Amino acid sequence: MTDNELIWRIAGGSGDGIDSTSQNFAKALMRSGLHVFTHRHYPSRIRGGHTFVEVRAKDEPVQSRGDGYNFLLALGDSFARNPQDEAYYGKEELKPLYENFDDLREGGVLVYDEGLLDDEDVAEIGLEEAAEENGWHLVPMDLRGIAKEHGREIMRNTAGIGATAAILDIGTEEFETLIEENMSGDMLEANLNVLQDAYEAASELDVDHDIEVPESSHDEEQVILSGSNAISYGALDEGCRFISGYPMTPWTDVFTIMSQHLPEFGGISEQVEDEIAAAALALGASHMGVKSMSGSSGGGFALMSEPLGLAEMTETPIVLVEAMRAGPSTGMPTKPEQADLEHVLYTSQGDSARVVFAPANIRECYTQTRAAFRIAYEYQIPAIVVYDQKIQGELRNLPASHFDEEPNADPGSVLTEAEIEEAAHHASGKFKRFQHDPEDGSNVSPRSVPGQKDGRYLATGNEHNEEGHISEDPENRIAQMERRLQKLDDIRADLDENADHQTYYGPEDADYGILVWGSQQDTVFEAVDRLNENGHSVKALGVSDMAPYPVEQVSEWLDSVDEALVVEMNATAQFRGLTQKEIGKYGDKLSSLLKYNGNPFEPAEIVDGFETSINGEDLAASNMKYLPAAGD
Amino acid sequence: MSAFSAIGEDREIERDEFTPGIEPQATWCPGCGDFGVLKALKQAMPEVGRNPDEIALFTGIGCSGKLNSYFNSYGFHTIHGRSLPVARAAKLANPDVEVIAAGGDGDGYGIGGNHLIHTARENHDMTYIVFNNEIFGLTKGQTSPTSPKGHKSKTQPHGSAKSPIRPLSQSLNAGATYIARTAAVNPNQAKEIIAEAIEHDGFAHIDFLTQCPTWNKDAKHYVPYTDIQQSDDYDFDVSNRQEAAEMMFETENKLYEGEVLTGRYYVEDERPSYGEEKRQIGEMPDDPLAERYFDEDAEWERTYDNLLEHHK
Repeated sequence: MTDNELIWRIAGGSGDGIDSTSQNFAKALMRSGLHVFTHRHYPSRIRGGHTFVEVRAKDEPVQSRGDGYNFLLALGDSFARNPQDEAYYGKEELKPLYENFDDLREGGVLVYDEGLLDDEDVAEIGLEEAAEENGWHLVPMDLRGIAKEHGREIMRNTAGIGATAAILDIGTEEFETLIEENMSGDMLEANLNVLQDAYEAASELDVDHDIEVPESSHDEEQVILSGSNAISYGALDEGCRFISGYPMTPWTDVFTIMSQHLPEFGGISEQVEDEIAAAALALGASHMGVKSMSGSSGGGFALMSEPLGLAEMTETPIVLVEAMRAGPSTGMPTKPEQADLEHVLYTSQGDSARVVFAPANIRECYTQTRAAFRIAYEYQIPAIVVYDQKIQGELRNLPASHFDEEPNADPGSVLTEAEIEEAAHHASGKFKRFQHDPEDGSNVSPRSVPGQKDGRYLATGNEHNEEGHISEDPENRIAQMERRLQKLDDIRADLDENADHQTYYGPEDADYGILVWGSQQDTVFEAVDRLNENGHSVKALGVSDMAPYPVEQVSEWLDSVDEALVVEMNATAQFRGLTQKEIGKYGDKLSSLLKYNGNPFEPAEIVDGFETSINGEDLAASNMKYLPAAGD
Repeated sequence: MSAFSAIGEDREIERDEFTPGIEPQATWCPGCGDFGVLKALKQAMPEVGRNPDEIALFTGIGCSGKLNSYFNSYGFHTIHGRSLPVARAAKLANPDVEVIAAGGDGDGYGIGGNHLIHTARENHDMTYIVFNNEIFGLTKGQTSPTSPKGHKSKTQPHGSAKSPIRPLSQSLNAGATYIARTAAVNPNQAKEIIAEAIEHDGFAHIDFLTQCPTWNKDAKHYVPYTDIQQSDDYDFDVSNRQEAAEMMFETENKLYEGEVLTGRYYVEDERPSYGEEKRQIGEMPDDPLAERYFDEDAEWERTYDNLLEHHK
């Protein structure tokens, strides 16, 4: 852990308000001038279990969750299963306490709710011994008692915030403001009282610790939001006014946000019977000229394979979001993984073409969703935004001005009626929707939408001729296939010119490289800084365009290093495989650091992984896998 | 000029306008009942009074899916069983366009069965014509969800152990507001029902009996038929759900016993269509969403102005 930072972890059972409390805590710290980043860990269970959220705060922009943490607020699990289950599950109410021992750093502070947790039970789990060994500062407080005194037991989290504020000496002003913004009446008063009481009670304890909360102030207005927020806002700013979906973790987040806001933007949201229907609806709306999106997570996205192919064949633009979680099958619903890359790249039959973007952080979630819409609608091709459960739920601050962008409602290559009148028509009167050789040579054959005069055509998933009629004519087949596939080259050129999504990091002349994609990028960047401080010579490249792949940019970068480690959250090195396949070489230069235990990389793990792998040693850590270079 | 000037055009609509100027290659077998659907559909169009540019026809896969090739309108030949979800969104995106969906019995009652239940349940304002020939045609004669019990085919050589689906009862239970059965051998009734269904404001399901002379020669029981409205033996109120349900049940038994009953079974005019319901609760804009992308005066809001405040 670096100096001068706070990593505050709040732990409890699902349903104990861990998430909302952490959000408020992070927002309060941001308002006080700090940069913040949250990391969320939760089980696939609605009430109870062990859930925690970390809030990392620094005086400079935070790239990752960091390593471990230095302050634990253990609320205990108030939704623990009934005592009869204890033999099987253990004492569940204690989990938020003892399950967090591993990563609490030496000298850390540990506040726990002795109002909920029985002293004898706490003694049994060896808390005192562990605290002595690690130099932890134990702060047992009756948070439940304080909460109950002024309101309800559930306000234990507010009491915990009060205690935190006192122990860290950061005052309660920002928290009070937030409570006032979110509550009213009796609830407001009760929470303010709980906050104040806990603050005073903790102030009297005089905990002697070394944690220094950094001080900082932003030079421009900040906002704190999640990747799902950013994807949704990117879609809205790009004129997306139709969404259809079926709930599935973690995709549900984008679906929910969009459903809540679309009516106020004059749009339509549809929750439908399954994911096949969801993607089909998005296609139907887009066919009519409306910018639309759908999405899912792995299993649901599998169902979308068929409509995805239909979108490709009929050249109907849509944007699909794929929020990855650990698989195969239903896998681990609330845990992140980057193992659906090949799924989004190759699903659907035939020589199919789609665009795939993998934003690396919240900033990119916004910009690349916008790019996905622009490309999809200009080039009449499905575009997929693939991200994972990590970015979906983590919050990060960034300047509000990042979103100060003009909307783009242009539905791309849709003709007006006046233009249709001038356009090519078949002798039957049908509009040549799928011209072999579009006049501007762009391979994009402009379209009409139902209701427009004299724009009639047939959209079909079968191979078809220029006006859309089913055709198995060999020459027509070649012409249509070539035109559809060549759009990918045009898109590559467009992206290189207008939206360079690849992120270069570290000294240009470094000997070694780390290649990374998606949500692990910024953690790698933090590791690169540390490696260079440790005397290594390392740079990194974060790739966000998965298809069409930025062959030239990555080749050039790989040429400039002796070796490169590919870091990704899956067991089969999918991105490394893609890179080798696309570039056709460097198989002897690329090794892999893989993690697939349900938790994202921490920067220290990447540092360790890099050092051991580059030195040719085996990885000591059992939670990661090193895969050496294997040739082309 | 409106972005959709074809919509609402006030003129006489001719049947011939719906025939493509140059006939595509005919791929239906000689004597196929699907010709009857096509004919009835074209004949209904002058009564409906909408021109080819304001009609969007969505089909599934199979012989029925070829309807698009012979009917001159905007067309979308989708994927097996999925015409309804595509069509639903199309209607929501531009309610001014007339949306018609069509599919076969395998397409609509088998692979697309779930979509049918939900489309009927939501009462989308569209017409769904199911070409029911009790067989999979384009895949060469396999047993379909409407094939009678004991039906032998290459995939069920011992005779199907399954009872056929009851499509009318199913749609009624799900919530469709116009339900009828007609037959290719009864062109006048078919034309009337199609016109009525299109004009109906809600989900109209037509089970359209078509013969398959190639794969289902046994299905001769489509002749003779009886129109339940014209027969004194079948007196019931088409707006009464209970009576309609009983009629459907009886009819669906008789379908495989020689006498074929056709006609309107259920017509409900009170219930608003799904789009209307959505509009009433504020989940759908008053004007067609699709129009806005062509409207130069439309104001497109930024999230920066609306949503960012919450994150500060």
